[in-house]
Amino acid sequence: MQLTGAEILIRCLQEEGVDYVFGYPGGAVLNIYDELFKQHKVKHVLVRHEQGAVHAADGYSRSSQQVGVALVTSGPGVTNAVTGIATAYMDSIPMVVITGQVPTNAIGQDAFQECDTVGITRPCVKHNFLVKDVRDLAVTVKKAFYLATTGRPGPVLVDIPKDVSQALAEYSYPKTITLRSYNPVTKGHAGQIKKAVQLLLEAKRPMVYTGGGVVLNDAAESLTRLVRLLGFPCTNTLMGLGGFPATDPQFTGMLGMHGTYESNMAMQNCDVLLAVGARFDDRVIGNPAHFYRADRKIIHIDIDPSSISKRVKVDVPIVGYVRDVLDEMVKIVESSPARPDAAPLKSWWAQIKEWQRKDCLRYDRDSKLIKPQFVVEKLYEVTQGDAFITSDVGQHQMWAAQYYKFDKPRRWINSGGLGTMGFGLPAAMGVQLVNPRASVVCVTGEASIQMCIQELSTCKQYHLPIKVVNLNNRYMGMVRQWQEFFYGNRYAESYMDALPDFVKLAEAYGHVGMKIEKPGDVEGALREAFAQKERLVFLDFITDQTENVFPMVPGGKGLTEMILAEEL
Amino acid sequence: MRHILSILVENEAGALSRISGLFSARGYNIESLTVAPTEDPTMSRMTIVTSGSDDVVEQITKQLNKLVEVVKVVDLTEGNHIERELMLVKVRAAGKDRDEMKRLADIFRGRILDVTDKSYTIELTGTGSKLDAFLQAIEPGVILETVRTGASGIGRGERILRI
Repeated sequence: MQLTGAEILIRCLQEEGVDYVFGYPGGAVLNIYDELFKQHKVKHVLVRHEQGAVHAADGYSRSSQQVGVALVTSGPGVTNAVTGIATAYMDSIPMVVITGQVPTNAIGQDAFQECDTVGITRPCVKHNFLVKDVRDLAVTVKKAFYLATTGRPGPVLVDIPKDVSQALAEYSYPKTITLRSYNPVTKGHAGQIKKAVQLLLEAKRPMVYTGGGVVLNDAAESLTRLVRLLGFPCTNTLMGLGGFPATDPQFTGMLGMHGTYESNMAMQNCDVLLAVGARFDDRVIGNPAHFYRADRKIIHIDIDPSSISKRVKVDVPIVGYVRDVLDEMVKIVESSPARPDAAPLKSWWAQIKEWQRKDCLRYDRDSKLIKPQFVVEKLYEVTQGDAFITSDVGQHQMWAAQYYKFDKPRRWINSGGLGTMGFGLPAAMGVQLVNPRASVVCVTGEASIQMCIQELSTCKQYHLPIKVVNLNNRYMGMVRQWQEFFYGNRYAESYMDALPDFVKLAEAYGHVGMKIEKPGDVEGALREAFAQKERLVFLDFITDQTENVFPMVPGGKGLTEMILAEEL
Repeated sequence: MRHILSILVENEAGALSRISGLFSARGYNIESLTVAPTEDPTMSRMTIVTSGSDDVVEQITKQLNKLVEVVKVVDLTEGNHIERELMLVKVRAAGKDRDEMKRLADIFRGRILDVTDKSYTIELTGTGSKLDAFLQAIEPGVILETVRTGASGIGRGERILRI
């Protein structure tokens, strides 16, 4: 039987087990929306801006390990979606973005709502397709899902002209697919794995450093087993939080620009470094030349060969799925009587404990003003560490990462790579939809939240009881912090004048708003908010305007050249 | 260091943009780029001449391999290889220059493809440096127009690039 392109697309999505599509209709996708309307398997979530659609699909994927799907129209629909696509690309999130396009005979004619979608998105997708013939549609969708989820994951875009979604073709969905040009190495080299284990067993000052790859590949359990087996210290990147339990005594906290003193010191001073699903980026190791000055052996496990020896030369590269490689390492260690030499490991731990005594995350607990760190700590207590936390970008993001102890993967959802303000709220929508009974919190700031605040309307429509924790310091806090440190206190355009009344704004959208101005009211307000299980509650915490994020490795400095709170 | 990369790539719309876009986005050099379909029309072969340190060229190779449409990448300069470039050059050939130009073309094993009473169009094949040498050998004033293809390359002997 012949089906239209739109019908074929919906069938393909059903075949892939897609339950939610996040989108916004428009001329070029009307055929597709009409088919969505006629069925009930694939549910559609109507956002208020295409950026929100892609972030929501992204949050959905990050929290559930499924592919996020977004659907937008041509032209401005696509350009609005680009920020979301680039966000997902930088953090390797498996997504399929379906875009409408003007009819094939209008392509290149500067038609209404036309843009070169594959051209615009080419640098920020894993791959993209323009489907020019309806007979290619099903196989293209299959390819898109296959590419998005295999190897290093990422967003894949399928651009469908309006005449293609209208045209008829025989439908059959391929069961499997192979591409001669795409064969990612997925199994780590056995010899290299043995060599790595040998190096780990001989280490005197070992350190384990893991990133988003552990979370994405569902390797947290394997990692935890290996680290506990070896008794080594472990740090996570911003993207890797939850990859190793934060409450485990072997966890030294996040590393990097705003990492803990002990993690950064241990990274610099270790003799063997095991890097897993992480990419030594500038926010993590600071200045690579400084990092390289210390003599250490580096083992690097990653699915992407181009991540290896990109910024830092490594000694034992292992390309493959990190979970399989870690499992293999556990097997080798378990089956051998050899264990790391206890004496040097003990003195290494003693050194780390000494670094920990700096208490680098200390802050003024007696302040009469609400300290943002205090809000996150209370949030951790009230949610018993079991919430999904999304964030936007800036100081609040760092405080959430530093003070909320993530024991499980996929609980911390933030834009680490691209650093997209406006990510938090729409991402939380995706998280809440796929985890309907979970506590979902968007930790944000008064600047970030306004970048996608229109999605409060979507939350109302779909009854998403997200808790928005707004750390409101009336500044673009991270910008202000840099201006204070490096630009002589000249706060150029970082002050948020004329803020809305967030309580009234939340109420206008049909939600509950609360304004909290005293430290003594923080816990009560949080408890009250979480008691309202069916409602979105917007908590506007008026926080200390002068608070900064510490420790801090200034841009371009070495990892151990940290500014600590006490030094100012 | 100069490197010649041979790339087998799916003969699909957009593949060239992906590759050239990669070079510009990551700040890599392209000295020349040539591309045409192979004996298998579904596949194109591209030769890119680039320059950079070993680390940079290693990254270029890895990044190229990451592109979904790229089937295979080989750095020809890692081993023995042959490299050729084609140039067409139109020169003024009148009066006393006319015989001299013919002689020079012969010395460089060039062929004259087109003749008018005032000009020759000469075809020349060789390495880039041979083509440069020819242009240096003739007076700059007589060159009317040049067009070069950029280098194509292939491995010597048993070195074969195919899928």
